[in-house]
Amino acid sequence: MSDIKLQAIDLTKKFYGTAGEVVAIENVNLTVKESEFVMIVGPSGCGKTTLINLIGGLEEQTSGEILLDGQPVKGPGPERGMVFQGYSLFPWLTVQKNIEFGLKMKGISKSERAEQAKKYIELVGLNGFENALPKQLSGGMKQRVAIARTLANEPEILLMDEPFGALDAQTRVVMQELLADISQKTRTTILFITHDIDEAVLLGERVYVMSRRPGTIRDVLDVNLPEIRTHDCLVLPEFLEAKKKIMDMLWQESQDAALSR
Amino acid sequence: MKKHKLSLYQLLSLLCFCLIIAAWCILTFGGFVSDLFLPSPLEVVRKIGQMYREGTLWANCYESTKRVVVGWIWSVIVALPVGMLMANSKKFAAFIQPIIEFARYLPVVALVPLTLLYLGIGESQKYTIIFLGTFFQLVLMVCDTVSSVDQNLINAARTLGAGRWQIYREVIFPASLPGLMDDFRLTIGWAWTYLVVAEMVAASNGLGYMILRSQRYLATDTIFAGLILIGLIGLITDFLFRVLTRIVAPWHERLSD
Ligand SMILES: Nc1ncnc2c1ncn2[C@@H]1O[C@H](COP(=O)(O)OP(=O)(O)O)[C@@H](O)[C@H]1O
Ligand SMILES: [Mg+2]
Repeated sequence: MSDIKLQAIDLTKKFYGTAGEVVAIENVNLTVKESEFVMIVGPSGCGKTTLINLIGGLEEQTSGEILLDGQPVKGPGPERGMVFQGYSLFPWLTVQKNIEFGLKMKGISKSERAEQAKKYIELVGLNGFENALPKQLSGGMKQRVAIARTLANEPEILLMDEPFGALDAQTRVVMQELLADISQKTRTTILFITHDIDEAVLLGERVYVMSRRPGTIRDVLDVNLPEIRTHDCLVLPEFLEAKKKIMDMLWQESQDAALSR
Repeated sequence: MKKHKLSLYQLLSLLCFCLIIAAWCILTFGGFVSDLFLPSPLEVVRKIGQMYREGTLWANCYESTKRVVVGWIWSVIVALPVGMLMANSKKFAAFIQPIIEFARYLPVVALVPLTLLYLGIGESQKYTIIFLGTFFQLVLMVCDTVSSVDQNLINAARTLGAGRWQIYREVIFPASLPGLMDDFRLTIGWAWTYLVVAEMVAASNGLGYMILRSQRYLATDTIFAGLILIGLIGLITDFLFRVLTRIVAPWHERLSD
């Protein structure tokens, strides 16, 4: 019980707009254990971003509860680090200063910040780019900076919202391997959201499958792949088997949705 | 490649000036229009030279620039916090926006009698006119610039542990700096257009005063000299702002660069 890091209980979020009430997610229940790499996969518009924004504290739930180490979360906080699809780097800060941002907010001294930043610059392989500005970097490099910036804060959990969605296929695989490696090395707890089934199976120890709107958890699946995840896993029978299962779940899901219409 | 484009841009700008001066020369030296309506470029240059010898050139430029800059700085000092507050507090915006929108449409010329009544004929009256001419526009521009800061950057900062003030200081301010510099550059330009209004009454020097007085004597060469000087000072100010923007926000990507 004590190794549960994050828990969402009956989480529901409704938006009230000009088009009336939109139920983005409904009664979502999930748990993430300490040091676990958990994926959530679901079709576009099923409420994935809404869910992760609730956990990150950027939005407030309509009902339900989010517990981090058993404590209810309220508002954003550095113990729940987020990485967004759009990088969201500060364009006026160098790579190093971007990575130091969270530490600066905490009031940590300059020399200590530099030391900490160096560690994470090395971890994500950005050596030599310390003084570059974000506009000089490629998409993959930008996302490395964003990951290092969040990790430098040493969060309890890393929340990632389709972080590799904007990258080309080759860069995406490189970044996936990098993240798998980081997860192995730092043992950071990760909750990662994607609409890409391959990505979900390649990275996740456990995969939650979400249904179409109103988004809710439809199924959960354990992935039995080797500890060290590389692109070689993409052709293992276990990989294909897990992929097939998720595809079936999502297909069944869309059938149900079509029938209920 | 980039450098080549830039010089083409400059060449075209220069060409435009040359064409206008050429047209001016043809019209005047060709005798198509009378000196009374349009003095020749030579006469205007001669006039500026005469002002230089009499010592009124620098004096007038200095007085006018001082009035514009002081009035405009006051407007920046007040507009910056008010605009930022409007952008970040719906309540404050609801409170202050109507009066600013209202005041924005008041003709500044019509306020001259009141400023004279309240402030007399000193310099502060001139600063006030410049202030009134620029402040209300600038507040709305600042508000707009600050509100258009990418919400994703603010969200990223919040999840990295930044508090309310830290977000202002470390995200909203630097992110809006290039936009603010643009706002400042535009409003100081407008401040120059209000200069003539400021120097309309109770002034005894300045370029605006010089132009108004020349009107009485139909000294068109002096009017043109004044206009050209204001234009030149404007161009220099614009240039300085662009350089300054590049210094304070070197990270900013401009489309024309
Ligand atoms: N701020 C909002 N206001 C109204 N509706 C919203 C808002 N944010 C998201 N939604 C709606 O909630 C649903 C889920 O959106 P989102 O969480 O972005 O899905 P996903 O990330 O899975 O693509 C969508 O139908 C979207 O239109
Ligand atoms: Mg999304």
